[in-house]
Amino acid sequence: MPKDTGIGASTKRREDVRFLTGKGRYTDDIDVRGQAHVVFLRSDVAHARIGGIDTSEAEAMPGVIRVFTGRDFEGVGGLPCGWQITDRHGQPMQEPAHPVLAQGKVRHVGDPIAAVVAETRQQARDAAEAIMPDLEELPAVIDMKAALAEDAPKVHDDLTSNLCYDWGFVEENKAATDEAFAEAAHVTTLELVNNRLIANPMEPRVAVGDFNAATGDHTLYTTSQNPHVIRLLMGAFVLGIPEHKLRVVAPDVGGGFGTKIFHYAEEAFCTFAAKALGRPVKWTSSRSEAFMSDAHGRDHVTKIELALDAQNNFTALRTETYANMGAYLSTFAPSVPTWLHGTLMAGNYRTPLVYVNVKAVFTNTVPVDAYRGAGRPEATFQLERVIDLAARELGVDPIALRRQNFITEFPYQTPVAVEYDTGDYEGTMKVLEEKADLAGFAARRKESEAKGKMRGLGVNCYIEACGIAPSKLVGQLGARAGLYESATVRVNATGGITVMTGSHSHGQGHETSFAQVVADMIGLPEDMVEIEHGDTANTPMGMGTYGSRSLAVGGSAMVRATEKIVAKAKKIAAHLMEASEGDIELKDGTFTVAGTDKEVAWGDVTLAAYVPHNYPLEEIEPGLEETAFYDPNNFTYPAGAYACEVEVDPETGQVTVERFTAADDFGNVVNPMIVEGQVHGGLAQGIGQALLESCAYDEEGQLLSASYMDYAMPRAHDLPMFTVDSSSRTPCTHNPLGVKGCGEAGAIGSPPSVVNAVIDALHSGGHRVGHIDMPLTPARVWAAMNGAVPNMGAAQPAARTDATTEARSVGGPATRT
Amino acid sequence: MPQVSMTVNGRAVSGEVEGRTLLVEFLREGLRLTGTHVGCDTSQCGACAVHVDGKLVKACTAFAAELDGAEVTTIEGMAGADGSLSAVQQAFQDYHGLQCGFCTPGMVMAGAALLEENPRPSEADVRQYLEGNICRCTGYHNIVKAIMAASGQEVEPVAAE
Repeated sequence: MPKDTGIGASTKRREDVRFLTGKGRYTDDIDVRGQAHVVFLRSDVAHARIGGIDTSEAEAMPGVIRVFTGRDFEGVGGLPCGWQITDRHGQPMQEPAHPVLAQGKVRHVGDPIAAVVAETRQQARDAAEAIMPDLEELPAVIDMKAALAEDAPKVHDDLTSNLCYDWGFVEENKAATDEAFAEAAHVTTLELVNNRLIANPMEPRVAVGDFNAATGDHTLYTTSQNPHVIRLLMGAFVLGIPEHKLRVVAPDVGGGFGTKIFHYAEEAFCTFAAKALGRPVKWTSSRSEAFMSDAHGRDHVTKIELALDAQNNFTALRTETYANMGAYLSTFAPSVPTWLHGTLMAGNYRTPLVYVNVKAVFTNTVPVDAYRGAGRPEATFQLERVIDLAARELGVDPIALRRQNFITEFPYQTPVAVEYDTGDYEGTMKVLEEKADLAGFAARRKESEAKGKMRGLGVNCYIEACGIAPSKLVGQLGARAGLYESATVRVNATGGITVMTGSHSHGQGHETSFAQVVADMIGLPEDMVEIEHGDTANTPMGMGTYGSRSLAVGGSAMVRATEKIVAKAKKIAAHLMEASEGDIELKDGTFTVAGTDKEVAWGDVTLAAYVPHNYPLEEIEPGLEETAFYDPNNFTYPAGAYACEVEVDPETGQVTVERFTAADDFGNVVNPMIVEGQVHGGLAQGIGQALLESCAYDEEGQLLSASYMDYAMPRAHDLPMFTVDSSSRTPCTHNPLGVKGCGEAGAIGSPPSVVNAVIDALHSGGHRVGHIDMPLTPARVWAAMNGAVPNMGAAQPAARTDATTEARSVGGPATRT
Repeated sequence: MPQVSMTVNGRAVSGEVEGRTLLVEFLREGLRLTGTHVGCDTSQCGACAVHVDGKLVKACTAFAAELDGAEVTTIEGMAGADGSLSAVQQAFQDYHGLQCGFCTPGMVMAGAALLEENPRPSEADVRQYLEGNICRCTGYHNIVKAIMAASGQEVEPVAAE
């Protein structure tokens, strides 16, 4: 019998009913009485000096209330960066100013130059078109390597160069790693691109600022994954508003995937303008605006080398990565290519020496920050690709090569700082082999060949560090914030429970799964527990939802608070039953005295807490409400093995994903239905990255993929039904639920298996192609098959300008096997 | 400004609109029916899909002024008067066919329109029909399952312990 309630049950989601009937309350559904609308005039060039901005015609247009420019924000702070990286030489990263509206220069297409506030959005839009900025266009830097040339134009004139930092990890291991390479029996080298992506949650960003002049209270409604973080960053660093005078509300949020973590200029603008104008001010992003103002993701160019001994054991790994920061440092941008990437380079393997070098570069492009997986997909992709290439070069089975090098004993201290608490990579691989029916692949390949198609199988493993994060540790690594989570559990007089969590749900189903946990701990029906989130006015200070942290960290805080509730309730129950506290047991919502038939119901205890007529007031306070803050003492380490089977059309290079199987170890699972859904979504984004999606700029810095006409979002017919299994379970050893997090796995784990599968298919057809850069469009695959240089019109500049990388990326001689 | 009258979810409504006012703007801002969402500005994403005279239409592709006299059904009109979910809505909940909920109104409207045209669609039929609706959360797996289940066909049960 499947469980039908509590932890482990596939409880249907309670939030669905409002979403299915049009009764959700997203930020754009909120209109504040008297609100005005803002439209931003954004730069249409990548790099220019601002001479002057003629706003006179716009100001005279119907409905226009005021036009703001960078001048209006001279006394206001810039958008802060939440993570400081220290470079290889012990120096802090270069950290440019990031004004709310551009001052002096515009630095990417989409950089806001001016803001028009008008009575209606249409009037604001019309007036924005009438603003005449005097822009003196400057040469733009788009390609990362070119941006580091001695004479390259500088994105920020006050910095010494376009290099944000040059990071080495672990710097002390560099010499030993180089030595291991010198002694290696075999070295496999691969240059690759992790393509720039745009997160594209279906709900565009929205901000509504409101100000009450009588009380001095500010309110911001915003599409955020972490309203408390926005309140702190915007209040303390940008506008100088103390937290108690600033409320941030993130109501129903239509997806985030990382891009709604960050504090954006439009939030600060609406909050600032609401006070300046004495009117609520609303901004709703168009999708076109989202493409040029939401933080982008990925965008790494990497050279990775794997050293093996004569028995094919991995002996060392060395990487050099160029990571694009874009024109400014977004909130968590510096941490992504460093601590969220370098620490995962050991993967699932016993590689004793690892050295990671990352050069973070400013370019005239939209800022790049965390996107689903953030750093970990980049680590996984390069590692699992170079292992596959090594297996091919050595003529060994790629699964066997992985197996031979698996970490098998836990806890395991990696050479890249983190300690894996638990895992079973062999067990997960066995699940994969069975669920993916790898034994049947040869027969399926024959069938494909009979249809004139080449079929390939790609397998990879992944590991991620989730449950972000131990505050003390990340503080040492440069984080300017703690990364605990909080929960308040409020038990009402008649027994119902309201949980106020610092986590935020924007599709993950917390309102259902968090309630399952609390209900299970006390033994109550789930509908007696309500989950509140997203409003700083009624939730304790929390860090929000990202990095697969909600259940592992936020859920742990909720468990701790519930434990405090149970402990106090037992004291009350002991008093009511005139028994010793140590003899009280709680089961199915009833307190009993061990060894007797005495019992008292949950509701009687909660009522006593609030109507304390018969109550031990001399020992405990009335009421039943507890708060807990939980700071994890390690990351969690979800891991798994994925298999992809593709067919490639030899005539066109078209790739179709025929089968995709995911075997994950997430530790314990609270709601299997929701977990499966999280994996499905991650797989779609990973397969999208591998085959379809690419954020492309031209050499002048024009964003070519600026709408859904040009940016290839995965659609229903691009994807197969997935086979997803999370039965392989090694519970996390250091959080109370034994959970590891499941939100990012699919996006982290899937791109390498897709590419591995396509390469395998091409080899089966006699095309000895070493590597193709993502996305594996028909043009790129066809070119690789035919030894041609593809039309890279939709390529990333980084991939395009370096002829060597280019040749390799389409299977030129350098990586032919 | 032109005056427009139409029937929305069985109710006669009218209002003044600018010539450039889109149907989706009239629904959301004029009638406060905010269940219909705007996810793009190039008529690609389908979050604003509604039924106009029984046909699936992206509400960002029509001007309100064009639709004088039309019968429009939005997501708010899909459940029964007693609040009971339609077969498609219920299947979306039963099979976890939604996560953040933003594309969901358009998906439900598309799913319902498909089943009107093709009461027993194959998996390929469903995927083809959803060409004009983008979801970023679900990978479509459970949306496809939900629509097939709503058509009365057998589908895999949801994951369970």
